[in-house]
Amino acid sequence: MKAYSLLALARNGLAWQKDWQRAWRSPDPAAAYDVVIIGGGGHGLATAYYLATQCGVNKVAVIEKGWLGGGNTGRNTTIVRSNYLLDASAGIYEHAIKLWEGLSQELNYNVMFSQRGLLHLAHSVHDMQEIGRRGNAIHLNGIDSEFLTPQQVQQMVPFINLNCRYPVMGGLLQKRGGTARHDAVAWGYARGADAAGVDIIQNCEVTGFQIENNKVVGVDTTRGRIGAGKVGVVTAGHSSVLAEMAGFRLPLESYPLQAWVSEPIKPIIDCVVMSNGIHVYVSQSDKGELVVGAGSDAYNSYSQRGSFDLIEHTVGPLVELFPLFSRLRMLRQWAGIVDVTVDRSPILSKTPVENLFFNCGWGTGGFKATPGSGHAFAHSIAAGSMNEIAAPFSIDRFNSGALIDEGAAAAVAH
Amino acid sequence: MSDEREAPNRLPAGGSIDRDRPLSFTFDGKSYSGYAGDTLASALLANGVVLMGRSFKYHRPRGLIAAGSEEPNALMQLEKGDRTEPNTRATCIELYSGLSATSQNRWPSLSFDIGAVNSLVSRFIPAGFYYKTFMWPASMWLTYEKFIRKAAGLGVSPTAPDPDRYENTHAHCEVLVVGAGPAGIAAAAAAAASGARVLLIDEQNEAGGSLLASATGEQEPVRAWIADAVEQLQSNPDVTILKRTTVTGYFDYNYLTALEKVTDHLPPGSDPVAPRQRFWKIRARQVVIAAGAIERPLVFADNDRPGVMLANAVNTYINRYAVLPGRNIVVFTNNDSAYRTALNAANKGAEVVVVDTRREVDNTLVESLKNAGIKHFPGHAIVSVQGKLAVGAVRIMPLSEDGKTVQGQAWELSCDCIANSGGWTPSVHLFSQSGGKLAYRDGIAAFVPDAATVRSVNPCFSAGACNGTFSTTDCLSEGATAGRAAAIAAGFPGSDVQLPASDPASDDRGQGDIHPLWLVPTVHPVGEGAAKHFHDFQNDVTAADIHLAAREGYLSVEHLKRYTTTGMATDQGKTSNLNALAIMADIRGAQIPEVGTTTFRPPYTPVTLGAIAGQETGELFLQVRQTPMHRWHVEHNAVFEDVGDWKRPRYYPLGVEDMHAAVQRECAAVRDRVGILDASTLGKIDIQGEDAAEFLEMIYTNGWKKLAVGGCRYGLMLNEHGMIFDDGVTSRLGEHHFHMTTTTGGAARVLNWLEEWLQTEWPQMNVYCTSVTEQWAVAAINGPRARELLSTLTDIDLSTEAFPFMTTSEGQVAGVPARIYRISFTGELSYEINVPARYGRYLWDTLIEAGKAFDLCPYGTESMHVLRAEKGFIIVGQDTDGTVTPHDVDMSWIVSDKKDDFLGKRSLSRLDTARDGRPQLVGLLTEDPAFVLPEGAHIVSQVLDKPPMPTIGHVTSSYLSPNLGRSIALALLQNGKNRKGDTVQVQLMDGTVINAQVSSTVFVDEKGERARG
Ligand SMILES: Cc1cc2nc3c(=O)[nH]c(=O)nc-3n(C[C@H](O)[C@H](O)[C@H](O)COP(=O)(O)OP(=O)(O)OC[C@H]3O[C@@H](n4cnc5c(N)ncnc54)[C@H](O)[C@@H]3O)c2cc1C
Repeated sequence: MKAYSLLALARNGLAWQKDWQRAWRSPDPAAAYDVVIIGGGGHGLATAYYLATQCGVNKVAVIEKGWLGGGNTGRNTTIVRSNYLLDASAGIYEHAIKLWEGLSQELNYNVMFSQRGLLHLAHSVHDMQEIGRRGNAIHLNGIDSEFLTPQQVQQMVPFINLNCRYPVMGGLLQKRGGTARHDAVAWGYARGADAAGVDIIQNCEVTGFQIENNKVVGVDTTRGRIGAGKVGVVTAGHSSVLAEMAGFRLPLESYPLQAWVSEPIKPIIDCVVMSNGIHVYVSQSDKGELVVGAGSDAYNSYSQRGSFDLIEHTVGPLVELFPLFSRLRMLRQWAGIVDVTVDRSPILSKTPVENLFFNCGWGTGGFKATPGSGHAFAHSIAAGSMNEIAAPFSIDRFNSGALIDEGAAAAVAH
Repeated sequence: MSDEREAPNRLPAGGSIDRDRPLSFTFDGKSYSGYAGDTLASALLANGVVLMGRSFKYHRPRGLIAAGSEEPNALMQLEKGDRTEPNTRATCIELYSGLSATSQNRWPSLSFDIGAVNSLVSRFIPAGFYYKTFMWPASMWLTYEKFIRKAAGLGVSPTAPDPDRYENTHAHCEVLVVGAGPAGIAAAAAAAASGARVLLIDEQNEAGGSLLASATGEQEPVRAWIADAVEQLQSNPDVTILKRTTVTGYFDYNYLTALEKVTDHLPPGSDPVAPRQRFWKIRARQVVIAAGAIERPLVFADNDRPGVMLANAVNTYINRYAVLPGRNIVVFTNNDSAYRTALNAANKGAEVVVVDTRREVDNTLVESLKNAGIKHFPGHAIVSVQGKLAVGAVRIMPLSEDGKTVQGQAWELSCDCIANSGGWTPSVHLFSQSGGKLAYRDGIAAFVPDAATVRSVNPCFSAGACNGTFSTTDCLSEGATAGRAAAIAAGFPGSDVQLPASDPASDDRGQGDIHPLWLVPTVHPVGEGAAKHFHDFQNDVTAADIHLAAREGYLSVEHLKRYTTTGMATDQGKTSNLNALAIMADIRGAQIPEVGTTTFRPPYTPVTLGAIAGQETGELFLQVRQTPMHRWHVEHNAVFEDVGDWKRPRYYPLGVEDMHAAVQRECAAVRDRVGILDASTLGKIDIQGEDAAEFLEMIYTNGWKKLAVGGCRYGLMLNEHGMIFDDGVTSRLGEHHFHMTTTTGGAARVLNWLEEWLQTEWPQMNVYCTSVTEQWAVAAINGPRARELLSTLTDIDLSTEAFPFMTTSEGQVAGVPARIYRISFTGELSYEINVPARYGRYLWDTLIEAGKAFDLCPYGTESMHVLRAEKGFIIVGQDTDGTVTPHDVDMSWIVSDKKDDFLGKRSLSRLDTARDGRPQLVGLLTEDPAFVLPEGAHIVSQVLDKPPMPTIGHVTSSYLSPNLGRSIALALLQNGKNRKGDTVQVQLMDGTVINAQVSSTVFVDEKGERARG
């Protein structure tokens, strides 16, 4: 792999950009691999990257039915934070943030991880109690968290309407939170994995599993059968479909989740602002677009189309919180299919089928976990058992009741 | 003052402008004059203004290329102050008097822009360069990013709230017709003739579509027919015509959205009544899409210089606005449609040369050029453009047979305008949004809707240019057929309309025999040399960028789009998408459809956020719920708290009291004498039906069947995981009649929950649930003297024998019908008096008056919280959080072990849920009785120098108890049940460690005698 650098840009500038290599190859699938990863989203690609670079697994393939990053990885609102309440969540998301902090350098691909700060607003006594508890929990987990007064909120976000329908009573800030460039995460991991020998196979859909004596030995795809020592399934909204192919069911429901951006404007919001009370969250991309997320649709669906009323119900709140945005315009809206578990926490787990592992259930908030999830999943697959970070997220918890119910506890999404 | 002389490019006659109504306006501070009927773009062009903007990345000088909403370049900051609006397209702004526009994304001025240094180093910053650099040192990204962010972003946001008003409205129709060009009008006429309710929508301020760009004298019979048809439609009461309205989104079940610019064509704020814009939400039985087509540019070297325009735009400016964009016009085309522009411009006095990439051109066209004295270069291409701030000249050369190279004699043609056409792209956006698939049609070199893929949930027809049909005659008949078919599909008989006779001589020939040439070669290979071949003007994406993307493996359309940002600008690639696909196909040696199409995402054109929000802003954003006693609370200085949608008094400060002092006073009053609380906001659900008791057995954890009529009982609801979800007292009013109360914030959630179970799981149950929250006003009087107070106002026997604790009674209070519940959330003797809401204020006033003798004290939610905490009563959502079982809060007594089933029962026996040592609710008494623990503070198992530290619990409620004269707290503590008496350590965020003793949760009246007395 030829490294990216200022020098490379200069050299190529003089050579009319002729010397750039392909970011990743496009090989035909081999007959068999040690590990096959299904799903070329951020989590699948990161898993493959760490398998090849850290776990000493030589033959790894990523099989993607469409284009890399075309699932939720390329559709999310890119918020990264680790200010979670529960220890298990803090464990995996903080693990991720630590990896994010060196990711561009590690991958030699600028994923634009921007620790611009992430601010949760509190709009009621109840919200204040919620951030109070969470702020303490985060702090004692060794993660940065700060309480802000309404005046401090105003200083960070000058044009906010503190006196909105539910007046802002305070805020919880994680300075190390922020955003990253979603496509670059997929591409950077793909390029890194490819350089480490991983075969990335796009436009290839997995249609079934080869299972012998309750042990997975390969996958059927639209490009033929591919043998596999172990299989990791990382297919987000389609994970229950894959589980069904393998003969078991997962406690997952798939919903459309929508987001939209405004036309680009000069910088006006420098951090990520999230408000549960008013029901909106917003950040501004480097291009200048306001990036706004909606809630998930009320009905299950595999179609990447949401209902307009959910979009409407983010626009009203945005204008309530930022009345100055009323004259700006919505440029583009879209949806992804999110895979939601009953406790809204992910599944990283062994399954009833031997050597078949699942990593899914990230729902509305898994982008931020990408490096941590890939890292923990890779090491767990290689070892054949879930490591310390992944273990709490096993599917056994749905039988035992040891749920990691961040949503119920903190009612904070993304 | 505007200039008296006629603007230099304005033609002496013609156009649909109103020369009797001159309007003055400013651009970048300079005054100009235009006419009513102009757009900002046409008025500027008339005044000879060519330079109108700067591009996103390289800050290249840019002028107009289009005349409609596809314009990528001429984006302006409209107006100043609180009405300023970034990124408005000059082509879509109707001129009004006093308009003020400013150019964007440049500093210090439009003609001298420092940012243009990017252009000088452009060879080092190709597509996606930012992924390859700015990584060192790692800590610097935030600094780099600051500069990148400043350079990006086009216009500026307003910094003050929007003074304008917007509306949001719904419409229903049988046939929605999108587009009022020939096809759309024919469709609307046919559908209306059938009797269907028709909604006809067009972006422009008048009907006519493509004909608005045609010259007077052209297509007269069609124009006359259209004028007549529009008149008939206007007088038909079943037809609504919306002009200045853009259909922006197509969602499932034929739900479409549209944005109407109601008063944007008037000086801002000048209409006192009408909203600025109106957002339409339309449900149509059938849709006819007649959205026309958009001309696309040819991709040639430096095709972005100001003065390079689309051929049809030039024609539009001449015919509709009487503006001749240049005196020396080079028309550059690969199809027939631009010949109309050439002839028209020559006819208006311009010197015109036609450069056609095709070697063979239809003879009649060649003849007509000859007759008009227009020079013709077939088989030639523009290889370079001279001029930076405006076009000065072009070089043309003969094209090779395959169109890949140029060779031979070069000519230099001086010109001030280039009118170019790469063909027409049908506007398939809405069809694609409806979920239909596109098919590539070679004959027109473009994608068209594949009618076979119309989804059954979104029945629609495409007609006219958006369907790849370019002749006006064919558009009319296709439109009429579609309108008729739509009416029939909507259940109407179907009628024919009389169409004008076709006149082959004057019919629009459309593209004729198009010869696709997706990338115009120069003497250098693409991407080498200084020249740039743009396809996406606004985002500055060039053919070389597509080559680079392909070289690096970003081959799929979506990767191409995301890597190069092509099609992602505010025009959403209206003029660029097909060119980009075709160039990629050529590089890959693939057919265009193999490369695919990008997804067309709503909205079609950007939509004002305020319009989507509509009326639901400010006071109407989310209704504020107030109790019937609200005014009294306001008059008595209450400080309010938002609880759900409700405003509840939190405390009533006297004089200079702060919350602390007020709460201490209020709490003491309740325990010593009597206090009054407005409890109207508690959720109330009336439950009736034969199976009502059976239903409650399933909903609550305890037993309900044996509750006597007139009895009240406290209940806990669990979710499927066995976790506490809501609580409240429910009373039996009759054999089959219950009155349930819920938490204030949980009322709607509980009703949904009840309905979900009734409707989806237990439909056989005969139970009806009705929200009666707002039917009752509730005053709760609490305290040892409550009975005495109440007895002065009621004839109900209040003795404990006649009216014991946990029962309800009906009668008169203060002369109005009332239902009293003898239940208590404070642990005191308590009566909750419910009266029909309309008597609420009267009841309250009467109680307050009668209470004077008892020194009655109004108290708010904060005191209520302290009082209940003294008794160890939980607040769901504060002391529980969705992970807490009844056992965890020491309420095992409420979980029936006799019942076969209730919601959550099975989950309670799960391994982890049933285990010992879970976090359990306990009391905490700090060593220092004056110290009040912060709510949310955590209990640690071990105090370390610094975090991380292992935590074993947290404080859920914490107050200074006036009745105990010390602080009290409730906490969820791992294995708390077995730790009573232990000392634990609470680690605060500032580093302080507080010791506290684990206690019972009940701090006052452990036996519960006071409430029963
Ligand atoms: C609108 C929206 C906003 C969001 N905002 C945020 C946010 O701000 N912050 C945050 O942290 N998270 C956010 N999320 C969630 C986040 O995007 C996801 O949790 C995360 O990206 C999941 O990554 P993934 O790699 O697991 O899944 P994906 O990126 O969806 O990848 C799964 C891949 O599997 C492939 N696949 C499926 N079936 C098959 C098959 N049979 N064979 C082969 N391949 C298959 C799919 O094509 C897809 O590429 C958001 C999500 C959405 C939709």
